[in-house]
Amino acid sequence: MTNLTELNLHQALSGLAAGDFTSTELTQSYLNSIEAQNTNLNAYLVVTGDKALEMARASDARRAVGNVGALEGIPLGIKDLFCTKGVRTTAASKILGEFAPEYESSVTTNLWRDGAVMLGKLNLDEFAMGSSNETSAFGNVVNPWKRKGSNVALTPGGSSGGSAAAVAAHMCLGATATDTGGSIRQPAAFTGTVGIKPTYGRCSRYGIVAFASSLDQAGPIARNVKDSAIMLQSMMGHDVKDSTSLNVAVPDLVAAMANGVKGMKIGIPKEYRVDGMPEEIESLWQQGIAWLKGAGAEIVDISLPHTKYALPAYYIVAPAEASSNLARYDGMRFGARVDGNDLTDTYEKTRATGFGEEVKRRILIGTYVLSAGYYDAYYLRAQKVRARILEDFTNAWTKCDAILTPTAPSAAFGLGEKSDDPIKMYLNDVFTVTANLAGLPAISIPAALDVDGLPLGLQIIGKALDEETIYSVASVMEQAANFSARP
Amino acid sequence: MSVDDATVRKIARLARIEIHEDKVTKMANELNGILNWIEMLNEVDVNGVEPMASAVAIALPMRDDAVTDGNIQSSILKNAPKADSGFFVVPKSVE
Repeated sequence: MTNLTELNLHQALSGLAAGDFTSTELTQSYLNSIEAQNTNLNAYLVVTGDKALEMARASDARRAVGNVGALEGIPLGIKDLFCTKGVRTTAASKILGEFAPEYESSVTTNLWRDGAVMLGKLNLDEFAMGSSNETSAFGNVVNPWKRKGSNVALTPGGSSGGSAAAVAAHMCLGATATDTGGSIRQPAAFTGTVGIKPTYGRCSRYGIVAFASSLDQAGPIARNVKDSAIMLQSMMGHDVKDSTSLNVAVPDLVAAMANGVKGMKIGIPKEYRVDGMPEEIESLWQQGIAWLKGAGAEIVDISLPHTKYALPAYYIVAPAEASSNLARYDGMRFGARVDGNDLTDTYEKTRATGFGEEVKRRILIGTYVLSAGYYDAYYLRAQKVRARILEDFTNAWTKCDAILTPTAPSAAFGLGEKSDDPIKMYLNDVFTVTANLAGLPAISIPAALDVDGLPLGLQIIGKALDEETIYSVASVMEQAANFSARP
Repeated sequence: MSVDDATVRKIARLARIEIHEDKVTKMANELNGILNWIEMLNEVDVNGVEPMASAVAIALPMRDDAVTDGNIQSSILKNAPKADSGFFVVPKSVE
């Protein structure tokens, strides 16, 4: 038998359906792959081998009686930001200690409902705050990709670095991830994988450790566009446990892939060119434009004039919401407690010890911008700027159906290269953060290798609730790019 | 608007995060770096703009004010750092 980890998700579904192998065999192959690679890559924080095999056997039993879900028998990795019942959930922070939730997130509940198998929990930046995976309390993830002729360890991106690395290294068939400012799309671009953040409200946030509630959204990281469509379709859906969950029908994303782009208008925003962006990224963007033109799309120049204000607005809104969300970690009801002289001292020591430096920095920024006298100047102004950014997109949609941009301003960089300068690190998200602020769906797909042999991604941003157009465009781009490089 | 050492101590206290004296100035510098960068938002004309409250315009749904869950005391206490006789055990908070 060929190595089962060579098959992608939709091929594995066909193989399982044909009876070529069982989910138990497939799952065991992935557990072997994890065992062989995880020491080097540090993508998994917890491997749930026994549970995985138990779920796989249950899936095989369901299949035997004809009870087959959309992800029946498919082994997946779960970002350790999703609560998984009885399995330690850390958000890559020390403050949660040995927290093992007594409940399951809605997104993972949907995946298990459809027959998927959990391999384990994936590393991330602490509380999803970071762009390089270096803020994890459990050590950074290492990108399976290396520069040609170099052994320098590179970042897989962040915050969903464990998810991206595990998918790229074939340590799972797909992974859940979350995206608050680019945390699905930037790691996908850095690892040659496909990552989508759907429209805000498509995936329930119930049971996902909260970072910035008005921006957080779950989505999959997968090896190709079709695998991504299959996974996202399972993850989405209305949930009464999340009041911002949208009560709308789930579209058929695999079917949308066949629609093509003939007659479609693709917007190219002139503001998505930044100083110091490598020439290669600019030319890849032009290449993407040529691919879509070749497939019959019309290219239109558009303007999103408030783009440069998106990151500063994000660094008010996200820390403000984080400072509020993370107030719950007080060491009283769950998580790790560090005893002090009195109640206040216990709170302060628990939080000083439990949170890492970047998380503390963001909580303090958030506390400051929300504090008396500054609320109007910072938070309220940022929310008004956010309305301006949404307005930019609303204007653009009168001229185009989707927008094409680079995903990130660089390829994967070396670990430690940017960790001493917060703003330099924040600039990684310059092309992705606008979609979070405006609540729009956006995908990153691998498009080419740079001069060092590292993957580069292109991003497609769609209208709210129009994931179908995104998948139509992504499918055309994927065929044109024919990206088949491996780490 | 610039953050000085006293402001860092004040917001750290508000956020209930102990901060060592030898790290206060470093944190003040980092916060000022970020806040100076954020100042660029003052260039944007926001006259007459309503602040965006949520990404997708929906009315928040109402639900019946009814109990849908309960009798899970042991689940709730399961992850407590300290618990006794069905209660969380916390440091004394009232003199």
